[in-house]
Amino acid sequence: MTKILAIMLTVFISNVCFAQAQTAEEKGLEIAREADRRGEGFGDYEASMKMVLSSRRGDRSERDLRVRTLEGKDGEGDKGLTIFDTPADVRGTALLSWSHADRDDDQWLYLPALKRVKTIASRSQSGAFMGSEFAFEDMRAQEVDKYTYKYLRDEPCGELTCFVFERYPQDKYSGYTRQVVWMDQAEYRVHKIDYYDRKQSLLKTLSVSEHSQYLERFWQPGRMEMVNHQTGKTTELLWSDYQFNTGLSESDFTQNSLMRAR
Amino acid sequence: MRWRLLAIGLGLLTYNVPALAWEWRGEVGLEGRYFTAGPGAEGYWHNSSAYLQGQLLHEWNDRRDLFTFTPFFRVDENDPERTHGDIRELIWIHVADQWESRIGIGKVFWGVTEGRHLVDIINQTDAVEQQDLESKLGQPMINLSTVRSWGTLDFYVLPGFRPRTYAGVDGRPSLPLPVEADAARYASSAEENRIDGAVRWQHMFGRLQLALSHFSGTGREPLLFINFFELQYEPYYPVIEQSGIELQYLLGGWLFKAEAIRRSGNRFEGAMRAADVGFEFTQPGLWGTGMDLGWIVEYLWEDRDDPFASALSSDVLLGNRMTFNDIASTELLWGLIWDPDTGERIYTLESSRRFGSQWRATLEGQFYSRVGRSPLSLVADEDMIQLEVIRYF
Repeated sequence: MTKILAIMLTVFISNVCFAQAQTAEEKGLEIAREADRRGEGFGDYEASMKMVLSSRRGDRSERDLRVRTLEGKDGEGDKGLTIFDTPADVRGTALLSWSHADRDDDQWLYLPALKRVKTIASRSQSGAFMGSEFAFEDMRAQEVDKYTYKYLRDEPCGELTCFVFERYPQDKYSGYTRQVVWMDQAEYRVHKIDYYDRKQSLLKTLSVSEHSQYLERFWQPGRMEMVNHQTGKTTELLWSDYQFNTGLSESDFTQNSLMRAR
Repeated sequence: MRWRLLAIGLGLLTYNVPALAWEWRGEVGLEGRYFTAGPGAEGYWHNSSAYLQGQLLHEWNDRRDLFTFTPFFRVDENDPERTHGDIRELIWIHVADQWESRIGIGKVFWGVTEGRHLVDIINQTDAVEQQDLESKLGQPMINLSTVRSWGTLDFYVLPGFRPRTYAGVDGRPSLPLPVEADAARYASSAEENRIDGAVRWQHMFGRLQLALSHFSGTGREPLLFINFFELQYEPYYPVIEQSGIELQYLLGGWLFKAEAIRRSGNRFEGAMRAADVGFEFTQPGLWGTGMDLGWIVEYLWEDRDDPFASALSSDVLLGNRMTFNDIASTELLWGLIWDPDTGERIYTLESSRRFGSQWRATLEGQFYSRVGRSPLSLVADEDMIQLEVIRYF
């Protein structure tokens, strides 16, 4: 008992000392690193996603996609493959992305009718993903070094307490000047992000909910809703069928693999 | 030839007996064309046509094996030659540890540029389909591919040659005389049964993507000789050696592209060189909207000096691609191919949008202006607008 108390006290004191020595920028970076560390070691996963697009007038449109992700090793970024199942005219279209911490991501789009692999110019990454309110840059792996950070405050979010911090994209072609992130202190899960555009006005808000834990370690969201405040349009992403350690390898994330993605 | 295809097909079908998840897909397209310059020699202003394309897919062995069968059939109102069918794909892909094999009838695309697909040579052009010549006939092949740290290497053995399709005399656009495919002559004594070969290596050097390729076999582009007794064209297919290079360099929103080939072996022509060099620049989120605007500029060049051999000996391509990023995935692409020496111009327009979740409509246009003494004179009065509605199921 005494030992536990001693440990707790040490942790408490060291935390306090650390906090005092830390700037808001350092604390922000520390939170991002911790969140990244907790996400490490997942290996690979596959999941299904339904995308529901709604206009201000209430018109709805749905897309079904499948996502495969391979964790990067030795400082390399993650690799991702997204396959479109509906709407029918884009069936078989696939997007391959290799994220990099230190430079622009590589992205290729496969057009099945022409059997053609097209390189996506990195500036297009601020463009909309499949006509949705998610930009390509919102969909890609959020590597720590892609942003600088600034811790703002602690704030209750639901029954939990959240860190609220800002992050500033380092990519000069990003569509944002800053993002405000709400991340819970218990499990370091993102609950909300406000996106500010190049004119510093609030562009979009992402709300993330229905988190589930996999392999008794990794938290994944079940529902993500992006609201565009300037257009009134919303996009919902509904995730399902998460499977971890499915045996994906580097060879499932090459331009060759794009051509047989089904 | 036909028997061999059937044997490959049957082999694939019997191999696939463990019937797990078989999936059928398909699409039907209805096409209407209106010729704005008049009824022409063929005597009609408009033409309608329809196609049906199915696709049977099967994946097994933990996605290490994939089978695809894609039959295609088109009927045309006025041109019996355009009423035709083809097996676009009948192919078995197997993924081993270091190698991937693709055996059967398939389609392969090589290249990076938009104006002209110079390097792309594996498949024969299905020229009766669309004026952009992007439609291809299925090619029998054995393709072995390996992805290594030093790049991706592909070997192709191509048994069996597919002759190019041509519009009949009643088709629009068409040549003034019929092309008699049965009278085709080949430089190879094996004729259409010659086994051709190709190899391609592709690698990324940071932002630079490089591909080198070589094709050895019956050329896909025939020479057309006039038979004055029969009053018909007779295609002659030479055996060629074609080396190609593709370069692509990515810098921010700029995508610099180049393709070049050297082709030799045709005893009626010397060695021929051609290139297509340019860039595509994309401005995302134009004017605060979600719309992307792309600029396409390319210079097309080749050293065949006979004006009748090619219409694209020194031309400039200018174009814009607009992607609206809306729910209907609306797209608009217009282009101008301009020959600064002769003043010849080809204007093209392609736009499309989705309706509901199962339909897509495309509107296309093709217009020719100031056409002089060149191969384009055959299509000078073939200006047209085309509307196509596709239903997916």
